[in-house]
Amino acid sequence: MTTAPPPVVGPSPVAAGGRAGRVPARFVPVLVTFGLFVALFAVGGLRYEAFASGQVLLNLLIDNAFLVVLAVGMTFVILTGGIDLSVGSVVALSTMVTAAMLRAGWSAPVVIVAVLAGGALFGLAMGAVIHYLEIQPFIVTLAGLFLARGLCYLIDLSSIPITDPLFRDLSQTAIPLGEDMFLTPSVLVALAAVAVGAYVLHLTRFGRTVYAVGGNQQSALLMGLGVGRARVGVYVISGFCSALGGLLFSVYLLSGYSLNAVGMELDAIAAVVIGGTLLTGGSGYVLGSLLGVLVLGTVQTIISFEGTLSTWWVKIVIGLLLLAFVVLQRILAVGPRRRRAPAPAPSAPAGRTDPPQGDG
Amino acid sequence: MTAVPQPGPDAAPLLEMTGISVAFGPVRALDGVDFRLHAGEVHALMGENGAGKSTLIKALTGVYPVDAGRVVLDGAEVAFAGPAQAQAAGISTVYQEVNLCPNLSVAENLLLGREPRRWGRIDGRGVRRRAREVLARLHLDVDPASPLDSHSIAVQQLVSIGRAVQVDCKVLILDEPTSSLDADEVAELFRVISRLRADGVAILFVTHFLDQVYAISDRTTVLRNGRLVGEYRTAELPRLQLVSAMVGRELETLEQLERVPAEPASQAVAPVLAASGVSRRGAIEPVDLVVRPGEVVGLAGLLGSGRTELARLLFGADRADTGEITVDGTVLPMRTPRDAISAGVAFTSENRGAEGVVGDLTVRDNIVLAMQAARGLRRIPRRAQDEAAARWIEVLDIRPPDPDALLRNLSGGNQQKVLLARWLATGPRLLILDEPTRGIDVGAKAQIQALVADLAREGMGVVYISAELEEVVRLADRVLVLRDRRPVAELAGEDVEVDRVMELIATGHGEPDAERRGGADWEYGRSDA
Repeated sequence: MTTAPPPVVGPSPVAAGGRAGRVPARFVPVLVTFGLFVALFAVGGLRYEAFASGQVLLNLLIDNAFLVVLAVGMTFVILTGGIDLSVGSVVALSTMVTAAMLRAGWSAPVVIVAVLAGGALFGLAMGAVIHYLEIQPFIVTLAGLFLARGLCYLIDLSSIPITDPLFRDLSQTAIPLGEDMFLTPSVLVALAAVAVGAYVLHLTRFGRTVYAVGGNQQSALLMGLGVGRARVGVYVISGFCSALGGLLFSVYLLSGYSLNAVGMELDAIAAVVIGGTLLTGGSGYVLGSLLGVLVLGTVQTIISFEGTLSTWWVKIVIGLLLLAFVVLQRILAVGPRRRRAPAPAPSAPAGRTDPPQGDG
Repeated sequence: MTAVPQPGPDAAPLLEMTGISVAFGPVRALDGVDFRLHAGEVHALMGENGAGKSTLIKALTGVYPVDAGRVVLDGAEVAFAGPAQAQAAGISTVYQEVNLCPNLSVAENLLLGREPRRWGRIDGRGVRRRAREVLARLHLDVDPASPLDSHSIAVQQLVSIGRAVQVDCKVLILDEPTSSLDADEVAELFRVISRLRADGVAILFVTHFLDQVYAISDRTTVLRNGRLVGEYRTAELPRLQLVSAMVGRELETLEQLERVPAEPASQAVAPVLAASGVSRRGAIEPVDLVVRPGEVVGLAGLLGSGRTELARLLFGADRADTGEITVDGTVLPMRTPRDAISAGVAFTSENRGAEGVVGDLTVRDNIVLAMQAARGLRRIPRRAQDEAAARWIEVLDIRPPDPDALLRNLSGGNQQKVLLARWLATGPRLLILDEPTRGIDVGAKAQIQALVADLAREGMGVVYISAELEEVVRLADRVLVLRDRRPVAELAGEDVEVDRVMELIATGHGEPDAERRGGADWEYGRSDA
């Protein structure tokens, strides 16, 4: 090793992933989503006169506040490489429980606390099964989907109106913003959820462990991180967010109904993926998920402005967008790996390992 | 390189393991091994596959429970329940694969789980400052905020060392950290290791590259088949002696195999396999290899010399970057093992458990697997399956002779026989055997070797790989010697003998053009260890 050739590649070939004004690769998907949102909005503004107003923008948030909250919870789950299919059903169940408890005469604050705790417990149960019994998240949360939906019918087959004054007030409150624009309390809740989600993910050990688990669970374990706590915790968070989303949905519709939010879990997943979070885990931001929801909302708004187009065009556009984003992620994920040193021959590890001579 | 405070034989070692035994079921992975490690030394742990290096490390760090023996660290007896406990006591391990999270930044990877916090939240500035301190200690010029996967494997490996040593670290275990690094990267790693040694860290270094042992280690302990062969001062240990300590001389009296040397006329016979200039980046440099019908060609070399990599290229399990492979005169596309199989090539992997047998299937199912694959979707009639199973169970003396036995309940030797049976049932023209006798008992070893000799006599071409040189030499008509991922020499006829092969492996000599790699200041020992 004395006469080593001049180093072709220094020991630190890329000293900085994003120095010199270049955007780090991990932010690219979020920026793309942001760009897409701006572009979509511009298209809407050019085509329709009334479109490019601040209130249309705010309506996106008002109409999708519950979806934003769901997407925040879903982001946590997907960051660990998991999935939560139960969220739509838990939203419906939460609306039913809320309406039924209010009808039975419970006070609104008690109902709210009970529903939130119930959602978190539901998530805790699923997370515990997933982690400790080592069962695929897909199947466990699918079971949760059916269970929660079934429980709705157990409460009531028909829609239950909500007459509670607090819920009515929340539903009718408009927070004025400037001249003729307004927000609703639901939007504030949703934005708070995004802020808290970002804080937890980036500024707590729990949050960093969520990313570590999604990056490489085995390594996270060997690093001595609280892998179990993170894996169970994300489902608790998602369950809590589902219940919170259900409460916002109750406020939005002022009723509880078993058929609410059918398929909403898929909207949430779509928003998270369009927001740039990798389905394999380890990479993504709640801010991206918020943008993802806004993109979905904009598509919906444009198509409703169009008037002549049927609503299933929304599904078609969302399907295409989803596909485009998954392909984009693939390109972004494969690109840097190709540029790096060639991957060691897959055969090599087999040739190097020194396993105990147990042989089964 | 810093002068090493050579601890005298009387100085109390920092870590002392005595009489360590670890068994997996009936297999003794470690048998009464002693190991000592002093502060401020780099101690190489050497041995071939199955020698027990990894087991010893895992016994030390509490991954495997120790069946017998004691571990004394810093004068106190210890027994760890797991790597976390070992780390808390100052024993950190860096594995061959980088066990970090590629999606996070360098700083986060250094500090995950022990980030400095303020008011309950992670103190980002503190994280970066601590990370910079660690990187400075290792003299690594890396931006702590850059994502880990923007760096080469070498830098990632150094970051994991940084993670290991930033807590109070007395013992640093490096388990084959260099296996995927190139020469410059290894030099960088060694610079860091030397610094840590100067700081008084005791470093246990596992590698299979001889040059690296001589470049960095102060002392060397050699294991073979789970037993201690010896502890040496590296500078006083001739290479040849080291290799022979690792490879060993098989003293068991195997039945002397009557190998009829390949008839002289065989030169004229068209080869069953001809590979020219076959190579793959990072695995093996261009190799030419010819195997004629009835010939056994041995591949000899240490672990990591490229012997397995070459076998995988010949079978199409990995794609070659260059070169051409012909079987029976036809050029193979060699994109997947399917191409090789349909041309009549069979391959048994050294990693029998993961890449060979299917433990949850019966002996019969395992035997007919390759036959079935050749037939596609058409079912093999039950009667034919039974016949095949019964025949091969008898021919290979598979025990228990029960076609319905689940494979995972068979011993290693019998699993290997089932694996052989699977391929023999397809009637291959060329058989590539990678370590077919590893980890199996002496009786089964002899049977498998005798079988290989028989198959060759019947006209099959065989490529035979084994870490045990005696075995290769006994069976092979010709031996291709590999060293550091390149062919060094091909021996034939009279030249095929253990000492000669060992010399080639140790030195690359034999041919005058050998001294390619400078920097080795060892004595070329001719002693017949």
